[in-house]
Amino acid sequence: MNVLRLPRQDVILFAVFAIVVLTMPIWLTPFGAAYPGLMQKFAIFAIFAVGFNILFGLTGYLSFGHAAFLGVGSYTAVWSFKLFTMDAIPALIFAVLMSGVFALGIGFVSLRRSGIYFAILTLAFAQMSYNLAYSVLTPITNGETALQLTNNDPRVIDMMFMERTAGLPSPSIFGQPLGGIGGFYLCAVLLLVAFFIAQKVFASPFGMMLRAIKSNQTRMSYTGFNTRPYALTAFVISGMYAGLAGGLLAVTDPLAGAERMEWTASGEVVLMTILGGVGTLVGPVIGAWLIKYLENIFSAFNEGMLHATFSWLPDGVEDIVVAVTSKFVGEGWHLTLGLVFVLIVVFLPGGIMEGVRRIRSAVANRRDNRRTRFSTSAAE
Amino acid sequence: MTNFKKGISRRRLIKTGLAGVLATGVSPYIFSRSAFAQEFCNAPTGDTVTLGFNVPLTGAYADEGADELRAFELAVEHLNGEGDGGMIPHFSSDALTGNGILGKRVAYVTGDTQTQSDAARDSARRMIERDGALMISGGSSSGVAIAVQGLCQEMGVIFMAALTHSNDTTGKDRRRYGFRHFFNAYQSGIGLGPQLGDAYGTDRRAYHLTADYTWGWTQEESMIAATEALGWETAETVRTPVGAGDFSQYITPVLNSGADVLILNHYGFDGVNSLTQAVQFGLKDRQANGKNFQIVLPLVSDLMAAGAGNAMQGVFGTSNWYWSQQDEGSKAFTNSFGAKYGRPPSQAAHTSYVQTLLYADAAERAGTFYPPEVIRALEDYEFDGLGNGPTLYRGADHQCFKDVFVVQGKENPSNEFDLLEVVSTASRDNVTYAPDFFEGELGPYDPAMC
Amino acid sequence: MEAIFAQLLNGLDKGGAYALIALGLTLVFGTLGVVNFAHGALFMLGAFCAVAFRELITYEIVTTDPEQLSPWGSPLEIRTPIAQQYLGDWGAVIIDYSVPLSILLAIPVMLIIGIVMERGLIKHFYNRPHAEQILVTFGLAIVLQELVKTFFGPNPIPQPMPSTFRGAADVGSWLGLTPGAVTYPWWRLVYFLFSIGILSAVFAFLRFTTFGMVVRAGMADRETVRLLGIDIDRRFTLMFGLAAVVAGLAGVMYTPLLPPNYHLGMEFLVLSFVVVVVGGMGSLPGAVAAGFLLGILQSFASMTAIKNLIPGIDQIIIYLLAVVILLVRPRGLMGRRGVMES
Repeated sequence: MNVLRLPRQDVILFAVFAIVVLTMPIWLTPFGAAYPGLMQKFAIFAIFAVGFNILFGLTGYLSFGHAAFLGVGSYTAVWSFKLFTMDAIPALIFAVLMSGVFALGIGFVSLRRSGIYFAILTLAFAQMSYNLAYSVLTPITNGETALQLTNNDPRVIDMMFMERTAGLPSPSIFGQPLGGIGGFYLCAVLLLVAFFIAQKVFASPFGMMLRAIKSNQTRMSYTGFNTRPYALTAFVISGMYAGLAGGLLAVTDPLAGAERMEWTASGEVVLMTILGGVGTLVGPVIGAWLIKYLENIFSAFNEGMLHATFSWLPDGVEDIVVAVTSKFVGEGWHLTLGLVFVLIVVFLPGGIMEGVRRIRSAVANRRDNRRTRFSTSAAE
Repeated sequence: MTNFKKGISRRRLIKTGLAGVLATGVSPYIFSRSAFAQEFCNAPTGDTVTLGFNVPLTGAYADEGADELRAFELAVEHLNGEGDGGMIPHFSSDALTGNGILGKRVAYVTGDTQTQSDAARDSARRMIERDGALMISGGSSSGVAIAVQGLCQEMGVIFMAALTHSNDTTGKDRRRYGFRHFFNAYQSGIGLGPQLGDAYGTDRRAYHLTADYTWGWTQEESMIAATEALGWETAETVRTPVGAGDFSQYITPVLNSGADVLILNHYGFDGVNSLTQAVQFGLKDRQANGKNFQIVLPLVSDLMAAGAGNAMQGVFGTSNWYWSQQDEGSKAFTNSFGAKYGRPPSQAAHTSYVQTLLYADAAERAGTFYPPEVIRALEDYEFDGLGNGPTLYRGADHQCFKDVFVVQGKENPSNEFDLLEVVSTASRDNVTYAPDFFEGELGPYDPAMC
Repeated sequence: MEAIFAQLLNGLDKGGAYALIALGLTLVFGTLGVVNFAHGALFMLGAFCAVAFRELITYEIVTTDPEQLSPWGSPLEIRTPIAQQYLGDWGAVIIDYSVPLSILLAIPVMLIIGIVMERGLIKHFYNRPHAEQILVTFGLAIVLQELVKTFFGPNPIPQPMPSTFRGAADVGSWLGLTPGAVTYPWWRLVYFLFSIGILSAVFAFLRFTTFGMVVRAGMADRETVRLLGIDIDRRFTLMFGLAAVVAGLAGVMYTPLLPPNYHLGMEFLVLSFVVVVVGGMGSLPGAVAAGFLLGILQSFASMTAIKNLIPGIDQIIIYLLAVVILLVRPRGLMGRRGVMES
């Protein structure tokens, strides 16, 4: 099984990552985040960000239109539920394939340009998809109302095995219902698979090639290398990751709305990747978790909770502190996000992962220093 | 309780998916969060019961959402026996005593739907899964209401829809766990039709601009039916994206279309924007086909009238309720809302308040929070005293039947709140239709386990 | 015929807005080489200058009138705007003309915001990759819009136009068409003329002043200008301020057409980037021409006849054009060769 082999360091990383992901329901409890809806989002957006990082992190192509593939994945999965079966597997396969096809088309055109022109091309395609999904494609997307299941869906495969029952069916896998925590484990397992594939890509010669595109494309082409097929492959892979994430969104909640394709949604995955650390394996995952956690928990903070938190302060001071902090939590948490993001880009372009690295090396240096000092003094 | 839960799970298991292909029967019960704790989703265990209010605080319908939230807070206050009790003393049922619901104090959580189905479902899920909400209310967009209603059916949580006017909410997308007090587009058509005939005659050509989602579609359909019954022609129907902001490119073609009435199937900020921009383009002062050009806004609220200012003068529409109603319940509600917030309640606030009261009352009468019993208590329930006269919660489609008000923008408002005038009322008998007029299926009573 | 003419007119005001935003964007790109994703936010900030100005002069003094009762039975509150209280009829006129008057507030405010932005943040990014410039300005745009949201709330705030300009001009009858066939709201006409005025002023400034000459020279060859011993950086900072003012003024005057909300900038940002790309990165005349071109095209695409021919074209025309231009002629309509092409 050569395909499954990884360098030893990567195996350790994968094992630790797997433990962290699978035990989420336990260690997230003290953070108030161990409810299925949020944990599913953690896994799904981690997949999205890991996939985005394969393109942006390795090749340096900044796509501002990746949410389009997420949307395509969601729509495809819901259509698979409606037309064929409520089983999640075909839905996910269709979602990945369909978004792969879209990514191939859009990538083929967009990769003819690079830099900011590439960003604007992807942005334009995503906005086109979004606007069309919102207007003339209503028969396929159900527009603003969002694509939903109905009782009269054909579901041809399901209908071969059972009678139509009252009430809407929900997605399942091999006949097991996928509500709540079951849905989370499906997402978590797929996140591990996605992470593993990303590890393989990073470690492969193909990954080296992509890094080479990032560092100097001109030199690459001087060596007689046509870089575009490699970049396109990376684009399609990351599009398929987005499709998988979109499909999972539909599996955990069978509804697909056009908002998922809006360019600000594409901006969000950029934020996640940068925040965590672009070009690293774990960074995008951390970025995705952090943003989704803050969105869900931070945004629920209100003035009452702030007053409780700061009640130890003198009265006047407390009011001021609460008034100031309330601008940054609750409704205003996006402000915090924006500020943190700007600070990260300015001071820590490598994101949280670079921060961790710097701290670690600082600690190591200190230890080294101390050891050196110790050894020198011992030598004396 | 464990057995009960298992039974449900197994039944759902057989219903769903590629049945039996690989089903081994070892379903992961242990993973189910609340497998041993309760008999239905979010059964209240302590001495409080949590309700979830899911309203748009951003997006095209944010004004309505903010007013809904005010009404929800007021309703919770009144249910807990604080304040002046509002409509409760005038309500025909005596089950509510100001002692919370079934002796449990009412607490609430809120969420922002952003006027988007996706975000709304997210926020509703969060309230059910994280905060343990036993009932979800809210809406302000039919797309949102239908999406959340579907979710609530899956989760086994009752959804008391607030502002949603699409025929589909209790038509083809009706759900056993969803209830609507607000009226619908079809009833608007019945109410508005005769008024338009009286005011503008029977020889008119109407141009529709329609918000492109379930509500707009059904309202367009109902308005076309109502106006064509008068003998009007329909010149053109154009769909506009929700939250478009600038409608000028849609209004320009109206000028030379040969139409002499513009029907704006828009609501919230969209309605305000399209109406004011139509007036900017001089449509109100225009002559077409030898007649004065007219604008109709079939669903209108005082919040929109305030936003549109002068543009609203003389424009016809319908409302579920308006604060100038003189019955005791309406007066009491307007007084306590005005005293608390310094403004009269809108129709969105009214329906939100009433829905909360109705849920609490049904739970009291059922004597339990167990959803199927609460649902049965609401179905075919006849009540009075909540602002629209005698009202029926029809069991067959969970739609309320009551009087519908036709309103017109006032020419000379006496103060900043006096914006609309109720010009006629379509009686409850008039706006009642057969339950199978719209085809739909409510689905099962059985509670799902979140 | 009349329908076509009406749509042509209708494209002008939007085209004017696109042209003004794209002009500033291109100016910043041409002078500083910075891709500014926060430029849409400057347009939004301008719009909120108008909102803030109106809120200042209409700050209300509340008295109660015991004679009249509010709907809930307490004495009715009478609110008088502060300007009217102290200035009487003049106050009412000032309030009526609040939108054009707020230009006076917007010019210094936007200039300061622009300069602070450039000195405080953007200047550190001159030599960083374009991707990082996009990211940091994107983050800045989020911060700016969220700040506005904190102070003004998430909902659009309508700004009335001066009462003289309400209603529509019968443009058709000026040109000998049937009266009433082609009407065009007065304020949109004002906006179009205003945008032409600002555009001419900026071009005249760049053409006929020494300052403008240096800037143009700097756009063409930064190093040589610096070698000549000219402090190009300070001028470029001012240029950034000027771009902010242009975007801000475009925003101020646009408020009666579209009630501003905090999200306005993001909506215009994507469009204005497309405009810049279509016009050609770094080409000022290109940005202006593309702005009007796209405004008019968008307006035509929403004609019923065309929509029936190609459904949905009104929704995507701008993006479609951008894709085609980028593929066929990547330097846009009037762009210089080699700009950002690598």
